Amino acid sequence: MSAPVLSVSHARKQFGGLVAVNDVSFDVNEGEVIGLIGPNGSGKTTMLNLISGALSPTDGEIRLAGERISGMAAHQIARKGVARTFQLVRVLPSLDAEQNVMAGAVFGHRKLWGREAHELARGLLDLVGLAGRGHSPVSALTYIDQKRVELARALAADPRVLLLDEWLAGLNPSELQIGIALIEKLGREGRTIIMVEHVMDAIRSLCGRCVVMNSGRKIAEGDVDDVLSDPEVVRAYLGDDDDA
Amino acid sequence: MNILVTGILLSGTYALIALGLTLQYGVARIMNLGNGETLVAACFVAFWLYAGLGINPLVGLLLIAPAAFVINWAIYAVALRPLVKRAKNRGQLESDSILATFGLLFLLQGLMLLAFGGEYRSYTFLAERFDIFGYSYGLNRVVAFVAAVIIAAALWFFLYRTRQGTALRAVAVDPNSANLVAIDVARTAAFAFALGGAVTACGGALLSTFYTFNASMGVVFTMKALIIVIMGGVGDLRGAVLAAIILGISETLVASLIDPGLTLAATYGLFILVLLFRPQGIFGRASS
Amino acid sequence: MSGFLNGLKAGEWRGLILGAVIVALAATLPRFDDGFYLSISVNIMLYAALCTAWSLFSGPTHYVSLATAAFYGLGTYCVGLGIDILPYPLLVLVAALVGALVAGLVGAMTLRISGVYFVIFTFGLAELVRQLVTWTQTKFATAMGLYVFTDFNESHIYWMLLALTAAVFLTGFLINRSRLGFAMTVIGNDETVARHVGIDTARAKIILFMVSGAFIAIAGAITAPRYTYIEPPSAFNPMISFLVVIMSLLGGTRRLWGPLVGVIPFTIAMDFISARFPNHTSIVIGLAFFAIVYLLPNGVTGRLEQLWTKFRTRKPAEHGAVAEKQA
Repeated sequence: MSAPVLSVSHARKQFGGLVAVNDVSFDVNEGEVIGLIGPNGSGKTTMLNLISGALSPTDGEIRLAGERISGMAAHQIARKGVARTFQLVRVLPSLDAEQNVMAGAVFGHRKLWGREAHELARGLLDLVGLAGRGHSPVSALTYIDQKRVELARALAADPRVLLLDEWLAGLNPSELQIGIALIEKLGREGRTIIMVEHVMDAIRSLCGRCVVMNSGRKIAEGDVDDVLSDPEVVRAYLGDDDDA
Repeated sequence: MNILVTGILLSGTYALIALGLTLQYGVARIMNLGNGETLVAACFVAFWLYAGLGINPLVGLLLIAPAAFVINWAIYAVALRPLVKRAKNRGQLESDSILATFGLLFLLQGLMLLAFGGEYRSYTFLAERFDIFGYSYGLNRVVAFVAAVIIAAALWFFLYRTRQGTALRAVAVDPNSANLVAIDVARTAAFAFALGGAVTACGGALLSTFYTFNASMGVVFTMKALIIVIMGGVGDLRGAVLAAIILGISETLVASLIDPGLTLAATYGLFILVLLFRPQGIFGRASS
Repeated sequence: MSGFLNGLKAGEWRGLILGAVIVALAATLPRFDDGFYLSISVNIMLYAALCTAWSLFSGPTHYVSLATAAFYGLGTYCVGLGIDILPYPLLVLVAALVGALVAGLVGAMTLRISGVYFVIFTFGLAELVRQLVTWTQTKFATAMGLYVFTDFNESHIYWMLLALTAAVFLTGFLINRSRLGFAMTVIGNDETVARHVGIDTARAKIILFMVSGAFIAIAGAITAPRYTYIEPPSAFNPMISFLVVIMSLLGGTRRLWGPLVGVIPFTIAMDFISARFPNHTSIVIGLAFFAIVYLLPNGVTGRLEQLWTKFRTRKPAEHGAVAEKQA
């Protein structure tokens, strides 16, 4: 078994008196799609922020293919091969869809520019289902289309690890089917993905493995079905019986 | 020793100006680059009260401070609140308020130049010698310092021991949360801006008792106040006072030992040190 | 950055050609006048160069730089100090390097932290440099000022400034087409996204600031011969910084030629006002700032573009109404 592509060991993030991530460790192997789940406020997005470099850990280490990335600036981590989407979609409003996607490829480790970058962007827009919409201004796109652009932008960087922060949130049932199918395709192509999600159907169908967080700690890890029937996980989501 | 005391005496007035700006920037989130003009205006009014009407500047404070309060409240309500309302994020408010207060700076300075001309003025008030530890200082400087300490103490009392003051501090920390606990943020911001102006004006009136002033010197004081506020940690009052003392002493040190023409270099030197080693300031919270 | 000039679109070619034509026409001015009009044209050209160079940085970042007077003065002093030692063209190069270096230092210290710190730092920078220069002059030289004697007359200075302005425009044009320009656009849209796609935001801003500072210093070096006698208060006059800010913002920084729209009328207006109402200049400047904040947040060009877009998107409705009436 080769070394994991992402390795989080004893990660801790403290804001003053609040410990948002408390001694969390897990590994991600190449080609895995793993889910990072837990009730609201459990520290999942903070964990993603630690991996992407938006925040640096107070303690602990994060390694990408053996190289330590915790403590590096976000742009350096991005160039090493970590790309993400954001909980509230962040597109670049003054640019069109194609330029938005290009942004992912121009500055990362690929360093594409000019015609190559445009062609790559067009190809990725096709992949996410926005063929021919390259010149639409993103501010005029629907929410799911903006999410697709953001996903394409992350893919443009050809990342070693793709972080999806509640990418399926806010979608209606038919959009959800399309979104799940898209992520499944990416998984089949061999992308390593960490998805923070609340949509349990998606977790069940997409993820081979799951990490559950609650109040900053990891409370369970393993096969999706096992984890979701773990009593402690159930308790974390639903609370204790005697609270009723 | 002489330098130390002179520096501390000077820092009294610096502290008041910095406290005024801290209130305006920390609570109302307005980087008031026209703050120095309030200072200079207060100098002129104090001068006029003393030279024209024979009113002791310390008594004059009782007129100047409320007047500055009212005028600054009006400035906030008319010129600055519209910017607060339309700003989509904090960065935009900052750049808008910088430009608007530049306008204020030039407008006020221009009006004062028209009204008073560009010459330097001063007046003698308590210009006798006062001895501390064997060295003599101007009594006016000592009195100004004592008055500054009293005003700063009163401000501290207000902010830490009264409800209204605590509301101000709450808004400085987090306006959104303050809103959620039924603090009228808009009104509090206006109040803080006005109070900041009043405190700065007190600093100006006290400064005029021993400093030669003219209509164009506001900018230099604004510059120093800004640097003090950043050095102390934005929004932190103890920090502002401590930084003011450090600045007062350093300036006096440089002026006495190296060259009086390098005081601004001394100020900037401190600023650079802060930027390089502790950008959040002495008491500032490191932002994540 | 491969192939600067390949892949130019039709609109860009038109812009380049138009620019070249305008430069050629402007170059003929000294043949028609060598008095008042030439003099004010030198002022206009100077501020055209300064404002466009200023906007290279302050436009995309929205950080108000007040360091203009510092760079300008440094450029002037490079010429003043070196005029007897080095040939003039080399001095201009030295000025550019000094400008870039100081900009790099200031940028490295402040831009990594926040825009507000940057504004505050640059606010007093000209004063600081002036104090330092004054001090070194008193310590190491006999007099406060420097004499600059050259063979340049007003026309020469005009042409040099014209060349500088053209160079600034060309640089701006090339940057906009380059990865740096794209990076600045992304940063301007969303800095968090910029960092997450691999842009070193601090470095991009610093590089841009250095380019801007170098050009401003060159402008100072070019106009040095105009003064004959250089001393700190006039070389490092803080009003230069404020005027550049006003003219650029009044014109609008969204477009490369936006500041130019502010420079021409404002230079003429200020010339008029400082002649007729010398005691009212501060008030006028204050009002100009208010106009920018409350009336023209994107400058005149921004406002015009807003109206143009409104006009264009209104047309189909009007046609529809007309068609209904005819039906």
